[in-house]
Order: sequence, then structure tokens, then C-alpha cells
Amino acid sequence: MTALWLVVVPVVVALVIAAAGRRPVRFTRWLALIGPALATFAGVQALLGAEPAGHGGAAAEATGVAADWLSAASGSIEIGLAIDPLAAVMLVVVGVVAGMVVIFSVGYMAEDRSQARYFALLSAFTAAMSMLVLSTSLVGLFVAWELVGACSYLLIGFWFTKPSAARAAIKAFLVTRIGDVGLLLALALLWRETGVLSIAGVLEAAPALAPATITTVALLLFVGAAGKSAQFPLHIWLPDAMEGPTPVSALIHAATMVAAGVFLLARTAPLFDLSETARLVVLIVGTVTALGAATVAVTQTDIKRVLAYSTISQLGFMFAALGAGAWVAAMFHLVTHAAFKSLLFLASGSVIHGSGTQDLHEMGGLGKAMPLTAVTWAIGVAALAGLPPLAGFFSKDAVIDAVWVHAPAAGVALFVASALTALYAARATRLAFTGEFRGSGHPHESPAVMTAPLVVLATAAVALGAASWWFADLFGGHAGLAVPIAVASTAIAVVAALAGWRLFGAGPAADERVAGALGGLWRAARSAYGIDALAMRAAGGIERVSATIAERFDRRIVDGAVNGVAWLARRIGREFNELQSGEGQLYAALVGAGAVLLVSLALWLGR
Amino acid sequence: MIVVVGCAAAFALGLYAILTRRDLIGILVGAELMLGAANVQLVSFALLGGADPAVASAFALIILVTAAAEAAIGLALVVTAYRAGRRSQIDEFAEVTG
Repeated sequence: MTALWLVVVPVVVALVIAAAGRRPVRFTRWLALIGPALATFAGVQALLGAEPAGHGGAAAEATGVAADWLSAASGSIEIGLAIDPLAAVMLVVVGVVAGMVVIFSVGYMAEDRSQARYFALLSAFTAAMSMLVLSTSLVGLFVAWELVGACSYLLIGFWFTKPSAARAAIKAFLVTRIGDVGLLLALALLWRETGVLSIAGVLEAAPALAPATITTVALLLFVGAAGKSAQFPLHIWLPDAMEGPTPVSALIHAATMVAAGVFLLARTAPLFDLSETARLVVLIVGTVTALGAATVAVTQTDIKRVLAYSTISQLGFMFAALGAGAWVAAMFHLVTHAAFKSLLFLASGSVIHGSGTQDLHEMGGLGKAMPLTAVTWAIGVAALAGLPPLAGFFSKDAVIDAVWVHAPAAGVALFVASALTALYAARATRLAFTGEFRGSGHPHESPAVMTAPLVVLATAAVALGAASWWFADLFGGHAGLAVPIAVASTAIAVVAALAGWRLFGAGPAADERVAGALGGLWRAARSAYGIDALAMRAAGGIERVSATIAERFDRRIVDGAVNGVAWLARRIGREFNELQSGEGQLYAALVGAGAVLLVSLALWLGR
Repeated sequence: MIVVVGCAAAFALGLYAILTRRDLIGILVGAELMLGAANVQLVSFALLGGADPAVASAFALIILVTAAAEAAIGLALVVTAYRAGRRSQIDEFAEVTG
């Protein structure tokens, strides 16, 4: 039953907050902590009691609920919720990050008039995300998958009076929808081929399927995951999603929802083990995304966009690990990334709150003005860059090791990507926190309600590296460090970070110098290689073509039918109007003729 | 046989009157003639054994009543129309279209 409460309670809380409305929000917004607290508690409890179970777990049965959602002659579609170790790990991630985000938001959104809606949505998102990780069937997972998408849409467009926010929300919704169609098709195919949609049932039935079917299903699942997790070429929605409030970016677009794709592929990892092709595609897409997004992140000036491309890049690392078959490494990187990236987003929120700008070029010198934010940010970027002994070091090591063993070329690409990671991390830090303040007004440190979550998450970003051993214990896979890889990646990270620190002196002048040296390369990366513009043009073209077709159809066929019927009726009316002369005897003659006709017809036919 | 032909002749005569007479009274008389012809036909068929006498008489009675009602309403209409515009010829009513 525990699992059910984890979903129901946050929904009720969301309704309560929304119903209570604006006035008591000073009190009701704290209610949004209930869901995350429950999720954390349940997750920790499950993990403490968990047997080392490998993939999935029988321990889930005790805490689970299940029901037939739909019964038909051809079988029944089961939905259910259960806590297994994988779900428990995700629950803790969701719970902790959501909890910190709620606390942070109390400070960050203090001035906003629509807070009730905001905190209600946060609670609703917690419910949907819990359902996603707890679902034992792909149908339940898909429903939750759409629900988190809806919450994401509502929160990106939270300031919907701002046209750019409304546009970004719609874009995020539509682009992820492309992925969702892939996921839905995967479900349909699985249903046709196996007749079950529970995850355990599917994984059990999978080895008996034809290889081509397995590959198709795996690739369709990956399309869904790529849409949700912003993988190339469906990544275009994530940078725009930064229009939402910054804590939302931390929760949904860095730590939890965008990681759902990784989670889905980890859940269905045995399926991917059966298809070399699908794994190769995942590996290539992940690597390309990791490398491409990292180069873009170097060139961005909006602090949130830097983090957004960084998130895309790090998710690419996770997919590369999944493609190499190392789902444990991917999950581990997911967990550490959730910690340090939500930390970075919240720290950037604190920076934006304190300095009044999102533009790195207008910041500078914030280290003095916001010491606590600066220190936690530094921990975050160090973890992101993979400096030992922080969390990111261990997880990135595990990822690169797995990929290196599997495909050295992709491993090299990931080394380059992590060098770029250290580079943009150093650049953003340098621009924001060192030198003199270049913006207007006086930057100030954020209140304790905002810095406290930073400290908690920074602690996690430091300490989670130790979870590496425990992770290997829980899920299998090898523990500890691959020393050569660790040494190499540390050396690369340090060199790249130092280079970035030297190269990007304080201020926009350094950016211009580097941009001048790199020329077209910088401009290409700055515009994210024009993929977004291309996609928008393609979408515009499709829209125009379909609009033209629809317009023609409407005018020729629909209008034509209506006008044609009207014309016919008018014509017939005019013809018969002649007959209605008002001369009674003509009518009588016609009646008589008609009668004669009918009688002779009856006689002739009845003969 | 003679009766059948006679009835048909009377019916046709009534129809002819309706179609050709200009005055409303004449048309009404034609209609009465048709109804009467049909009635005689029904009864004669019953007598000749072509139909059930009970059914035939029932129909004959219904037609009688209908004819009476028709005559009453028809004459009332003719009188009203005459009073309204001193008209009694059918082609004077051509503008009374729907």
C-alpha cells in the first residue's frame, strides 16, 4: 500500500494548496513538502531493507499494489505500483530534490502572486514522477510519463503572460510529444507481440521475440526516452524550457523528469541487451549529444542556457553508458547528476535572485557579494567537471570506463566532452563570480531559506561518490574506480578547467577574443549549430503545407459540398416553382395523372 | 359487368367535371359524382361476391360520411370565398398559392 500513498498524498496536497488559494499560501506552500518527504522516507526505507537483487526485485511484491486496468478477450492490461531498489533510488532522488526545490522556492517565489498554483503544480509533479518510477507496467509508466510532461508544460509556461514562456511551453510539449508517440508505438507493438504490458512480463517474453521486433521495440522506446531526456535531435525544447522559474528547471529539467528517459531504458535494460543495433544507436546518439551539447554550452551567455546544454550533455553521457550496456553506471550518473545539477540550477536561481540578471556578461564579482552561493556553486561545477573526490568524478569515471571498454571511439569523444565540461564550468564560474560586478544595482546574498537547500545539495554532491560501492552492491556491476580512466579523466578535467579559467578572464572581452580566434566555429556553436532554427523552419514548412492543404480542402470540398447542396436545392426549387401556379385544376389533373400512373404501374408490376 | 362499366363511366365523368368546369359548385358536384361512383362500385363488388359484404358496407359507410363532410366543408368554403370577393370561378383564385 505504501506505493499507492506515495502517489495519492501529493495529489491531495496539490488539490488542497490549489483550493486554498492565494491568502493562506504562506502556510499552504509548506504542504508541498509532504509529498517529497514521503517519497524520500519510503525510498530510504526500501533501500535499507533491500536485498542485493540485481535488476528489479522480488522484495517489491510486499509493498506493491496491482489491478487490472482493462480486461479484454485478448488479455488484460495490468497496472500496478511497487517499490523495488531501482524505484527506491529514483524515489530518493525525486524526494530530496523536490524537497529542496520546494524550500528554495519559498524564498525564490516569495513575491509571486500565483504561488498557490506554483506549489500545487510542484506537488502534482511529485505525484506524477513517483508514479512514473513506481509503475510496474508500461501502461502506468506511460500515463505518468504524460503527466510529468503536462506538469512540465504548465510549469515552463508558469509565467504564461510572457509570450516567450508560453511559446517555450508549447514547444516543449510538442517536441516531447514526438518522443511520446514513439513510446506509445513501442507499447502497441509489445502488446501485439507479447500480449502483456507489465514490465516484468515484457522482459520475460522478450527473448522469445524475433530479433527485428526486439530492435524495433527498443528503438521506439529510445525515441520516447530521447524526447523526454532531450537527446539529439529532440533536444531543442530543453534550452527554451529555461523560461520557467529556475527552481522548476532544477527539479524537472535537470534532475528528475529529463532523467526519466534514462530510467526507462535502465528499467528495460534486458530488452536492450538483446539488440546490438538498438544499443549502438543509443550509444551513438548519446555520444553525439554529449559532445555537441558540451560545445554549445561553452558559448552561451545566459547562465541557465549554459546549464541547460550542460544537462543535455550529461544526459548524453548517461545514454552513452546505456548504449554500452552499463545501465548501472548510467543510473549512478543520473543520481549524482541530479544532485549537482539541481544544486547548480538552484545556485543560478540564487544568483539571478541576487544580481537581477541571467546574463553572464552582466554578472561578475558575485563571489564577494554572495559567498555561500559562490561556494556551493563551486562545489557543483567541480562535481560537474568530474574533479575528485566529488560525486561527478566517480559516476563519470564509471560511465567513461564502460563506454571505453565497449567502443573506444565513443570513449575518446566522451573524454573530449568532459574536457569541454570542465571548460564551460570554469568559464561560467569565472564570468559570474570573479572580477567586478558589471550589472546594475547591488547584488546581495539570498535569504537562508534559499541557501540552506544549496548546502544540503552541495553535501550530496560531495558525498554521493561513496555511493558507488553501495550502488554496485545493490544492482551488480563492478565497484570502485577504473584507475587509468580515473587518472586520465582527472588530468583532462584539471587541465581543461585551468585552461578555461585562464582563457576566459573576467568579462565579455575574453569571450570576444576566443570567439574571434575560433571564428565560424564559435558562431556555429553559439547558435547551437542551427538545429533549432532548422527544426523551426521545418516545422514552419510542414505547418504551411498542411495549412494550405487544409485550406484547399476546406474551400473546395467542404465549402463546395455545402454550396453545391444549396445550389441544387435552389435549382430544384426554381424548376418546381413553375408548377405551383395556383391553378387548382392543374393540380387536380396532375393528381389524376399520378393516380392513373400508379394504378397502371401496380397493374403492370402485379401481372 | 354493366354496373362496373357504368360506375367507371360515372367516375370518369366526375373527374372530367372537376378538371374542366370553371365554377366551384360544378367542381364540387364532380367530386360528389366520383365519390358516389366509387361507392356504388364497392357495393356492387360485394354483391357480385368479389369482396366481403361486411367490409364493403363498412367502407361504403365511411365514404358516405366523408362525402357528406366534404360537401359541407366544400360548400362552406365556396360561400365564404364568394362572400370575400364575389368570386365563384376557379381561375379567379390562382393567386392563392402557398
